[in-house]
Amino acid sequence: MSGHATQGDHDATNAYRSLADSISHDDPGWAFGTGVEDVQAEITSPVPDGVDPAELAEYCLMLGDDALICSQRLAEWVSNAPELEEEVALANIALDLLGQARVLLARAGHVEGAGRDEDALAYLRPEPGFRNVALAELPDGLDFGRAIARLLVFSAWRLALLNRLLDSRDPVVAAVAAKGVKELAYHRDYAARWTLRLGDGTAESHRRVQAALDAVWPHVGELFRTSDVERALVEAGVAVDPAELRGEVDEVLDEVLARATLTRPTAPPAGTIGGRGGREGLHTEHLGHVLAELQSLARQHPGATW
Amino acid sequence: MTATLDEQDLQQGFEDVIAADQRIEPRDWMPEAYRKTLVRQIAQHAHSEIIGMQPEGNWILRAPSLRRKAILLAKVQDEAGHGMYLYAAAETLGVDREELTEKLISGRQKYSSIFNYPTLSYADVGVIGWLVDGAAICNQVPLCRCSYGPYARAMIRICKEESFHQRQGYELLLAMVNGTDAQREMVQESTNRFWWPSLMMFGPPDADSPNTSQSMGWGIKRHTNDELRQRFVDMTVPQAEALGITLPDPDLRWNAERGHYDFSEPDWSELKAVISGSGPCNAQRLAHRRRAHEDGAWVRDAAAAYAAKHGGSR
Ligand SMILES: [Fe+2]
Ligand SMILES: [Fe+2]
Repeated sequence: MSGHATQGDHDATNAYRSLADSISHDDPGWAFGTGVEDVQAEITSPVPDGVDPAELAEYCLMLGDDALICSQRLAEWVSNAPELEEEVALANIALDLLGQARVLLARAGHVEGAGRDEDALAYLRPEPGFRNVALAELPDGLDFGRAIARLLVFSAWRLALLNRLLDSRDPVVAAVAAKGVKELAYHRDYAARWTLRLGDGTAESHRRVQAALDAVWPHVGELFRTSDVERALVEAGVAVDPAELRGEVDEVLDEVLARATLTRPTAPPAGTIGGRGGREGLHTEHLGHVLAELQSLARQHPGATW
Repeated sequence: MTATLDEQDLQQGFEDVIAADQRIEPRDWMPEAYRKTLVRQIAQHAHSEIIGMQPEGNWILRAPSLRRKAILLAKVQDEAGHGMYLYAAAETLGVDREELTEKLISGRQKYSSIFNYPTLSYADVGVIGWLVDGAAICNQVPLCRCSYGPYARAMIRICKEESFHQRQGYELLLAMVNGTDAQREMVQESTNRFWWPSLMMFGPPDADSPNTSQSMGWGIKRHTNDELRQRFVDMTVPQAEALGITLPDPDLRWNAERGHYDFSEPDWSELKAVISGSGPCNAQRLAHRRRAHEDGAWVRDAAAAYAAKHGGSR
């Protein structure tokens, strides 16, 4: 959890004074809730020996884009959640993922060496430049069952991935993993607890969450497909082969689904285009709409800083 | 006869606590009118936090940098937290969140008039932080000393975060006024729209605020609407000057004799219209909240059914 709310140490009784002080704005607390400051120093670490910078940049985009796009989908829930506790939890998860994305995109921009920062990468890349898996970009139509089904699969998978990246030879990837495993453990636990409540709640909730699982299931296969970049970086000690995660993720999902009285879907994986998918920049029709919204304001003001 | 005497003792005890500027706690006896006033005020405050998530939430998906997105998302999340603390404070007075939410979405309880205005540019995110959170702080800092303990304690925590929001909003505006011409124009245009509605956040002028004196007598309220409005104007003028923007009031000027800024009367008929339901976004805000609440019913039902089957709560 981000826990950002505890970082302001302003005395409430002095709130008037802090209002008057607000012209001075060098309080480091202002960038709270972002997660970037913790690892800022490491973003400029040298590329490890024997690692191709272009491949490392691409790998950071994969991990970063998964987090960025999934965070954007979760942020759609703001002011739409079924209960206030869920408002806070979903926003918290979105913030954690956004924090991970920012570090990873900054790292990608640094090792790429073309002067692109996190914002240039998030706001100025067209769809084929994105490297996220389809699962992250699927719309949930503000159906809480869909949101939970996606989050369960996504967080179980990403937790398994980050757990194996703790000793990545890239210090930034390793640092993101170290912070991320704690965050993802909470995300997975949250999604699992809701899967139980919905699966074993009412007849309607059971039906809805089962339908939601069925809908996301065709996009599970992609999570375990190994791209060429990943294959090369596994050799170099930087990346994880996602194919290796399958057993662990299946075990977690099977246990949660069984306890939730849900059936593991049997839908076949969604097809690829000549073997290419999100990791190669080929997306579903949904990503374009996500980016249209995410990028619109930044693109209206080229060269502006915010 | 004894009952009446007891009642008088209780009333006296209550008044002594208020006079000594101490706190009333949930188990203490309190006059029914005091309880009602508090429930109404705390509920209205809680509703404002929750409805207030909508206008700013409107820009989260489009925030123009990832840092601004994180800041805005965290801020709107804080507002949900404020709503939770406040509904919890109201619950100590014997009303639950569900009941209050029903009253909100059926239009029987109000929320702050300011959230019935739209957010039309990203500068609005900064201006809301600066002016709206700023005005909220002026209103709320005195509530940290409110006579009702749970409300006062909730307000201490909330005020800390509101002060953070205000500074962040102002920092966004500083970045924008130091940016492109288009960004500077956005800040001025947004300030023009939000200035008068912000002044209206303090409520009608004292002469038209019949409940103020009773609330002050009970230690629920510490300053009149007009006093708080003046304090807000005095604080804000130098901040606007530092931004290099103009507040949209040609009669705004320092009055050395009073030691305060003079300013024009807001258009009180506009406030009346907004309060009575015909502001620019009243219908939209309520419909949104109602839709989210109704769409979530099956989820809340599932959680309740699961808890009933497996024991324990959520
Ligand atoms: Fe708030
Ligand atoms: Fe706030």
